[in-house]
Amino acid sequence: MEKLLRVENISKYFDLKSGLFKFGGAQVVRAVDNVSFELYKNQTLGLVGESGCGKSTLGRVILRLQEPTSGTVYFEDTNLSLLKPEELRRFRIKMQIVFQDSYSSLNPRHSIGEIIAEPMTIHTRMTQHEIRARTYELLNLVGLKPSHASRFPHEFSGGQRQRINIARTLALYPSFVICDEPISALDVSIQAQVVNLLRDLQKELGITFLFIAHDLSMVKYISDRIAVMYLGKIMELAGSDLLFANPLHPYTQSLISAIPIPSPQEERMRKAVVLEGEVPSPVNPPAGCVFHTRCPVADDLCSSSEPDYSEHNPGHFVACHYAAVRRVE
Amino acid sequence: MKPLLSVRNLSTRFDTFDGSVYAVNDVSFDLKAGETLAVVGESGSGKSVTMLSLLGLLPRSTWVTGSAIFAPEGFELDLLSVSKAELNSLRGNKISIIFQDALRSLNPVMTVGEQITESLITHHQYNKNGAHKRAVELLEMVGIAQPDKRYYAYPHMFSGGMRQRAMIAIAISCTPDILIADEPTTALDVTIQAQIVELTRRLQQDLGIAVIWITHDLGVVAGLADRVMVMYGGTGVEIAPVDLLYENPGHPYTAGLLGAIPSIAGSSADRLVSIEGAPPDLFQEPRHCQFAWRCRYVFDRCWKEKPPGYIISPGQVVKCFYDGREKTPRVEE
Ligand SMILES: Nc1ncnc2c1ncn2[C@@H]1O[C@H](COP(=O)(O)OP(=O)(O)OP(=O)(O)O)[C@@H](O)[C@H]1O
Ligand SMILES: Nc1ncnc2c1ncn2[C@@H]1O[C@H](COP(=O)(O)OP(=O)(O)OP(=O)(O)O)[C@@H](O)[C@H]1O
Ligand SMILES: [Mg+2]
Ligand SMILES: [Mg+2]
Repeated sequence: MEKLLRVENISKYFDLKSGLFKFGGAQVVRAVDNVSFELYKNQTLGLVGESGCGKSTLGRVILRLQEPTSGTVYFEDTNLSLLKPEELRRFRIKMQIVFQDSYSSLNPRHSIGEIIAEPMTIHTRMTQHEIRARTYELLNLVGLKPSHASRFPHEFSGGQRQRINIARTLALYPSFVICDEPISALDVSIQAQVVNLLRDLQKELGITFLFIAHDLSMVKYISDRIAVMYLGKIMELAGSDLLFANPLHPYTQSLISAIPIPSPQEERMRKAVVLEGEVPSPVNPPAGCVFHTRCPVADDLCSSSEPDYSEHNPGHFVACHYAAVRRVE
Repeated sequence: MKPLLSVRNLSTRFDTFDGSVYAVNDVSFDLKAGETLAVVGESGSGKSVTMLSLLGLLPRSTWVTGSAIFAPEGFELDLLSVSKAELNSLRGNKISIIFQDALRSLNPVMTVGEQITESLITHHQYNKNGAHKRAVELLEMVGIAQPDKRYYAYPHMFSGGMRQRAMIAIAISCTPDILIADEPTTALDVTIQAQIVELTRRLQQDLGIAVIWITHDLGVVAGLADRVMVMYGGTGVEIAPVDLLYENPGHPYTAGLLGAIPSIAGSSADRLVSIEGAPPDLFQEPRHCQFAWRCRYVFDRCWKEKPPGYIISPGQVVKCFYDGREKTPRVEE
């Protein structure tokens, strides 16, 4: 399989120097900590983890909307961090992002047509006529009507606004799109619409997606592979079906076991693993394995030494001293 | 027995520069003492506005009609007709609410403990020492380790899950009759969500609090609720006991929602089932069934009138003209 993107040892730390931290001087948030993975052409990698674990930061660093603290991102063998601003701008056209909040990412004063046309007006020399034709084509592509072009964002529902966002994102034929929780606020029936739409677009246009979410069950249906993130690090990465069938990391195992079952009887009967404790702060992440403070099968080794993130089976990566040896029951 | 809260024909309209937004349309439901009612519906379906209307927490240019009889032991009043001052004294005392975004609802420059203490002193005439002691107890009750130390932590030092626990601690500090939880777990991962659900269930049993739990996750509802209200386009389209709702959904929208839940057992190559079409436009005053545009069973009557509530099984009320089970239109009782 052909690689589109290679992320090598990316870290992003934030210095906290605000007045709230009066004690103990500057502190550092390790939002993303030494993350590596590859993204194959025409595939979707799902990135899951709870609020604050660093998913959006990782997305922004990949697109160099934020500079990484260390590490490299290669896009089709080009080292993005070495690009000059002018060259980067050309690459940006190929790499797009759909943001989590569909409300604030659409300018309320612009019509839908203007919003979708904007990237074409800025980045291309297309004529008015060509731009209009492409705008209608994009509206059709995402399941809206050309007549919607003259309407304004507030006239659309959350699901429709996400479609508008996606249409704008696709205007310049990107080869790589990051979707940052595009469906989290929508109900399941609309979530399913958007997921199906993205899958169709991928097949039709050959786009590579990084799909960020905190909901494992929906992510499965859009991703070829899934990466599970916890406190700035990737804990496990594997093919979607494999990850569900044979999760190796205790965190993944508990995530899967905690997915609510949509049946009152079964839900009352079953014994989910209720993990004890809280997600620690990324300001002072625990020593050793970052998950050890909540891990039901951790021991002294886990609290003192950090496990390597390595390929356990072909294509199945995990960071755990006891991967496949100990299981959470 | 009289319900603790009885909401009838609640409608809420916002008047904005672009025209009126019909956010809540003719919502009626009961809440019994000690039970959990889940309110499910997509983004924009009016879940939050329904609750904010009851608590008088909406901006000025808002029109709220209907009634909401709150009848705890000892007295009875209509939440929609009492004075602002009376509502303010009920809120945080008899009725508590926790919001989706705990960080924004907590005061960033006060320690978590101080915020609980303050609530105890203003609402319950605790003295300083008593309030401090009780605050530490409450933190312990919601499962925060080392509560005596964490008392002095600021909200930003807490994780998302801990902040929600702190919010719950503040919300239950007065042992309210009703706790309204507005999507408190939406931003959290499923392991923390499971903890919060477990915690709420335990507190509810111990303290006998009635809970209204707002969410768009039907999975969470299954494990948590006694009864469920499904909202669509500002209307409560179905209310049913939780088992009935899942086994025999009465409204086509409920059935569609249940059908769209991805199965954990399925293969990633499967295509998800969705309900085609888009949610309704709330700028028009509804004159017919709001779901008609998207409904597979729609027929002429659905475009002419608003469906009333039909009781189709004990405790199951459905606003739909179509009788799904017999494949025929429903007749008026
Ligand atoms: N500019 C910043 N300054 C300081 N800390 C930051 C900054 N941006 C993000 N962080 C912190 O970095 C961590 C990761 O944040 P990020 O937004 O990447 O999380 P996320 O996984 O996308 O969460 P969510 O699911 O809530 O969107 C958080 O602890 C956050 O508070
Ligand atoms: N102050 C306001 N002015 C005008 N319209 C409003 C106002 N507040 C809410 N609305 C509209 O009322 C409708 C219902 O909103 P509400 O917040 O109750 O939805 P919700 O079901 O809670 O959705 P979510 O799941 O996204 O929280 C929405 O269309 C919203 O845009
Ligand atoms: Mg994010
Ligand atoms: Mg809401």
